[in-house]
Amino acid sequence: MDLAYGAAYAAFRDEVKAFLKANWPSKTTPPGSAAEALAVLPRVERERAFRAKAVEAGYLYRNVPRRYGGSEQAPDVLRADIIREEFNRARAPLEMPGNGVSMLVPTLLERGAEWQRERFVPKTLSGEYQWAQGYSEPGSGSDLASLRTRGELRDGRWVVNGQKIWTSFAYRCQYIFVLVRTEPDRSKHEGISYLLMDLKQPGITIRPLKQMTGQSEFCEVFFDNAVTPADWIVGERGQGWNVSRSTLKHERGFIAGAERQGATFASLVSLARRCTKNGKPAIEDLDVRQRLAAILGYIESFRYSSFRQLSMNLRGQDAGMFNFMTKIAGSNTNQDMAKLARDLLGDDLLLAPPAGQDRDDKQGTRRGNEQWVAQYMSSLALSIAGGTSNIQRNIVAERGLGLPRSV
Amino acid sequence: MNFALSEQQAELQQSLARLVEDTCNIRRVHAVMDGENGFDANLWKKLVEFGAAGTCIHTEYSGLGLEMIDLALIAEVLGYQAAPAPFLGHALAGIALSRAGSPKQKSKWLPKLASGEVLATVALGEGGTVWLPEQWTVPAGKPAGIKSNVPNAMEADLFIVGLAGEELGLVEGNASGVTRTALDAVDRTRRLGEVRFEGASVELLPQGKEQSAALRDASLVLLAADAFGGARRCVDMAVNYAKEREQFGVKIASFQALRHQLANMAIETEPMRGLYWYAAHAFDHIPERAPYAAALAKAHLADRYQQVARDCVEAHGGIGYTWEYDAHIFLKRALFDFAWMGAPAVHRARVADLSGW
Repeated sequence: MDLAYGAAYAAFRDEVKAFLKANWPSKTTPPGSAAEALAVLPRVERERAFRAKAVEAGYLYRNVPRRYGGSEQAPDVLRADIIREEFNRARAPLEMPGNGVSMLVPTLLERGAEWQRERFVPKTLSGEYQWAQGYSEPGSGSDLASLRTRGELRDGRWVVNGQKIWTSFAYRCQYIFVLVRTEPDRSKHEGISYLLMDLKQPGITIRPLKQMTGQSEFCEVFFDNAVTPADWIVGERGQGWNVSRSTLKHERGFIAGAERQGATFASLVSLARRCTKNGKPAIEDLDVRQRLAAILGYIESFRYSSFRQLSMNLRGQDAGMFNFMTKIAGSNTNQDMAKLARDLLGDDLLLAPPAGQDRDDKQGTRRGNEQWVAQYMSSLALSIAGGTSNIQRNIVAERGLGLPRSV
Repeated sequence: MNFALSEQQAELQQSLARLVEDTCNIRRVHAVMDGENGFDANLWKKLVEFGAAGTCIHTEYSGLGLEMIDLALIAEVLGYQAAPAPFLGHALAGIALSRAGSPKQKSKWLPKLASGEVLATVALGEGGTVWLPEQWTVPAGKPAGIKSNVPNAMEADLFIVGLAGEELGLVEGNASGVTRTALDAVDRTRRLGEVRFEGASVELLPQGKEQSAALRDASLVLLAADAFGGARRCVDMAVNYAKEREQFGVKIASFQALRHQLANMAIETEPMRGLYWYAAHAFDHIPERAPYAAALAKAHLADRYQQVARDCVEAHGGIGYTWEYDAHIFLKRALFDFAWMGAPAVHRARVADLSGW
């Protein structure tokens, strides 16, 4: 066993650090450097210019071929880890967040037609195209395959009617990848197709849904004779369910993650330092210390089991049932952290969470303890989105414990 | 980075599991538990032949010269099998002697520990939740005092004793001034006794003061590893029962309420593997993190184990509450892992201090 990265990786880390110093503006930016030139640009352009350089250097979109705008690097999970660590440390932008990069691009690379890759992948990577995910429907949540939004091929184009829900950020996306029923006579899993659609058209109405946080990240999307060209289908007719499976896998990895838990925990410790309990900093309270250490037990277990999972994957071994529990283990820990924060906040628990359309909307709000009121609520969303915790328990029971299928 | 087991390590766990299953399956564990002998002598003989008595003892002294992770992997298997063997105290005594003993003490005792000729144990607790080096009160000179909750105290030939001033001493079992009394301990697969010292002669281990913290950490790692094995067994037991038992004309495994309980047990158990590995790995390779990792592992794993052992009983219904069934063996081992060397709360408080909070 060896937890160190080794000499080759230490050299790689130095290379990444040097790249960041030269190309991403910071307090110690050398005069005359590329980084200094970027510093004067508005945020969006600064990040776009930086990402282009980072792709050229081989640090972003490593599994995407060069011809589609990626950096086409040999898979190396440890290098990817180092890049993420160092970029985060320098507060430099990583890959574009969102469904386009995390879900659609891998799907197109695996199942898309050549023209689809050429047309959609580069602009998705650069952030020019943003994608909504059209999966859930009002009547089809955990039982997604029962979805009823219809797609009919008429006069050389798909005509779509129905409704999607929980479609995050649809109001700021240009496109949607959507599961629709195109083969109503076939079984429920075999009657679905995976279509790409332009959201900006008369047949589509987007209505933001107000969440309990007061923000409106997710939306309802109504399709009323909405259209898309006949060849904007990924995979064959009726294969949409399988096409979508690879993307769900990606979303699972996206939601969980030892790093994210560790970062939230560090913020929780800071909260305990600045809150008071019985007239003293809460961090000195024996009960608070016990609860922090109990949560840390889960976080460190998850971290080192993730290292094990990673190490085994690198060697082509199967990490066993841990593979099926990363999502629920992560969301459970987030709930524990939310509850401790609730108890630390005191009267600040009475504050409304930050206002604004979504989490990226920074207009005019204070950024204080009300963030934790938002976390108290958003930790619930983690136990629902991307497969509820009860669905996760079903998966663990069937695939992890080998219990016969029920229902 | 490589945080996976080597082929040899995986093979070690598999062959040990087979050996213990063949020598002392769970029916035999029941028999030992109900009997008068403190452990299964035949099983211990087989474990000694396997190398479990000298895993971390240097090859110079006829041990295997392996690391804490290997010893912990063994502890996990023994925990899974509820092995009624004097492994814990003996392994810890070997670590204490290896790290703190003089060359003379080491060459006198370590080969005998590795060969099983001498059965050793550690006398660390003093009752009243006194376990840790800074709490020890038995004086080092002419010791007079009581050490309590000593594993296999009745059978041991050699005691490594925690002494005031965080020192470690060595006392032979048959020395004059040593009186032992068996305790009616809840875990009958790892029996405990009380050792009373009245002017017995004690040899100090020269590096005792420097190494008593490492002995503490080693004990916490081995308890955590045992807890992981035991918790895994509880999950397996409950899952297998659910696949066999029928009610309302169907296997109870088809009921979603139970399936979710079983899934929750697994979700509590499986991720702990990484934490106990890390604690064992840190013991040899990241010494500055070893106290933190060992304390966190003991607290987290022992706590989870006792809950999963309770869940296991519940998943079985009435049969799980009987003496004849296996579930209580693990519930009681979970209690041992929980309380021995201090409860989770004690070690969580240490984690908080060590984290700089």
